[in-house]
Amino acid sequence: MKTRRMSLTASIVIIAATFVACSGNKTSSEGVKLQGAGASFPAPLYQKWFKSYSASHDGVQIDYQSIGSGGGVKSVIDKTVDFGASDAAMSDEDMAKVDGGVQLLPMTAGCIVLTYNLKGVTGLKLSRAAYAGIFLGKVKKWNDPLIKKDNAGVTLPDQPINVVVRADGSGTTFVFTKHLSAISPDFAKNPGVNKLPNWPTGTRSKGNEGVTASVMMTPGAIGYIEYGYAKSQNLPMASLENKSGDFVEPSTSSAQAALATAQFPDNLIAWVSDPEAKDAYPIATYTWLICYKQYKDKAKFQLLQNLLTYCVTDGQNDSDALGYIPLPQAVADKDKAAIQNITLAPNAT
Amino acid sequence: MAEAKTISQAPSGLQRASDRVFRGLCYSFAWLSVLAVVFIVLRIAFAAAPAVRQYGLGFLTTRTWDPNQDQYGILPEIWGTMYTSVLALGIGTAFGVAAAVFLSEGYLGEFAFSVLKVFHVEFHPFWGKLPERLEQVLKNLIELLAAIPSVVYGLWGLFVIIPLIRPACNWLHLKMGWFAPFGTDLSGPGVLPAVLVLSIMILPTITAISRDALVSVPPKLRMAAYGLGATPWETILAVILPTAARGIVGGILLAFGRALGETMALAMLVGNANSITISLFSPANTLAALLANTFPEAQAKEVGILMYAALVLLGITLVVNMIGAFILQRASAGLEGAK
Repeated sequence: MKTRRMSLTASIVIIAATFVACSGNKTSSEGVKLQGAGASFPAPLYQKWFKSYSASHDGVQIDYQSIGSGGGVKSVIDKTVDFGASDAAMSDEDMAKVDGGVQLLPMTAGCIVLTYNLKGVTGLKLSRAAYAGIFLGKVKKWNDPLIKKDNAGVTLPDQPINVVVRADGSGTTFVFTKHLSAISPDFAKNPGVNKLPNWPTGTRSKGNEGVTASVMMTPGAIGYIEYGYAKSQNLPMASLENKSGDFVEPSTSSAQAALATAQFPDNLIAWVSDPEAKDAYPIATYTWLICYKQYKDKAKFQLLQNLLTYCVTDGQNDSDALGYIPLPQAVADKDKAAIQNITLAPNAT
Repeated sequence: MAEAKTISQAPSGLQRASDRVFRGLCYSFAWLSVLAVVFIVLRIAFAAAPAVRQYGLGFLTTRTWDPNQDQYGILPEIWGTMYTSVLALGIGTAFGVAAAVFLSEGYLGEFAFSVLKVFHVEFHPFWGKLPERLEQVLKNLIELLAAIPSVVYGLWGLFVIIPLIRPACNWLHLKMGWFAPFGTDLSGPGVLPAVLVLSIMILPTITAISRDALVSVPPKLRMAAYGLGATPWETILAVILPTAARGIVGGILLAFGRALGETMALAMLVGNANSITISLFSPANTLAALLANTFPEAQAKEVGILMYAALVLLGITLVVNMIGAFILQRASAGLEGAK
């Protein structure tokens, strides 16, 4: 009995000692922590940036949770994060809900591609009427004259087109429907622009990976996914007709040509729903980081400013390898100026 | 230990106190679980209240889900949930109960015996426990199906089941397209792949519970039936299954509850299209899949609407369970002939 009691006491002492040791450790390495959340599309790039930034700076911890654009905006409004991120920017209505205001910064960009599953067909070309018609459910067969006329020399099968769209609400869908609404009045009327519109046709799958799996497993399927994802998976991508009537293959340079046409107002929210340049790929978009205009914690404020400056300068070199489109220099300069709009609150600690 | 001098003694104060604490703990945990259910239902109901007021019962009977037009209806999802669950339950019950009969009626023993006979070692004591062990192994294997994560089932369905059944489905559509369940061709995700995977997912529940019920049928009933000259087939159908009916139906009800609420695999396989379809090969949607897909990006207003949908799903599960319990009560009285 005695020995047992002694061993019990001993183990309690050990456990207590461990606790003390652990908590001691934590307090000694006091650092600055930033918490961010939002869009899943730029998440791999953000995580890369934040990881390499914290690796080269002591006592810095930056967390980013990819919970989706809507979640990012919600977290900013609820003030549960230090910064948010969104592919769909932020509506004026939502911005008004944050007292002190928010500063949106375009951080990187991407484009949306149409991937397809047609045996023996590569380099598919789709005119504006064709791909708008496909996603409206009006063009139903692969050998439709609308598709045939731009693909001379390609044998298109007499097969139904199986449209695959996103089942979950997503910034990707928002940007894609924004583009379709810009080029097709019918699409603008119904279903219109939304993160999860009422698609008139097709099966729905969750996420880029779900759409990709469905397209790859279904003969005659077509779906829209992000360029970076399609590139990393080596998926076939259709060339699309742009506003000036040229067929353009998705690539970093063609997307940058599209992005360069964006005219940024003061709030730095601009869409390239239908770029005019001759060599521009038609569906490209920026994605934004959402910061508060005022921060109360001095350490956090300084870290955030340094981090943002790093992201729009050195960080841009990482974009291409991960399938993102680096910001055009003019946009990066605008970001640098806008970062100065973020200030320390007068009652800061 | 040396201290324990007498066997019987009055409980010490400490023992009595710990006894009381233990009883109190049990009591409060029991109530906590009840409270948790009530709290969840109330919380969902409160969150759903604005949507319930705005859309009323029309929510349950309209078909459009269009945030741009501000129209929300979940009839396709209600239909899809019931359609996939009932079909999966049909398939799952047939296979599950058959497997349970196989595992409980000694068929495996007969088979093992006949194999051993070939080697003339059938009466060796070493093999005495073999049939039971084989049954255990098979039973565990089936129960292992329950341990596979639902997302793995989804992936398996997407990459294995759909390509596997597509030729057969499209042939059926070609030859018997006039028959409504074969009315469309199977492009990718759709009702049938979802039903097949769902039926496998609920199989272990049905098999495990049915087997337990079958094993606990008193042996004297079986012997009496054989003694009266019944064939094994007659014995199983007319005596053993009815006697175990209560347990089997209980298992089926549990499986139905699981099928109604299954989310991940269905979200991956059912196609998530808001349409009401009888065709087994066209995409549909279920309530659980709708919730899982729409929640992450839902706006404040949509959250209320989704809560309404969640409330409906809860309601369906409750009604199904109540109907099940009612049927169970009515039927088991008649079915359980000999006691």
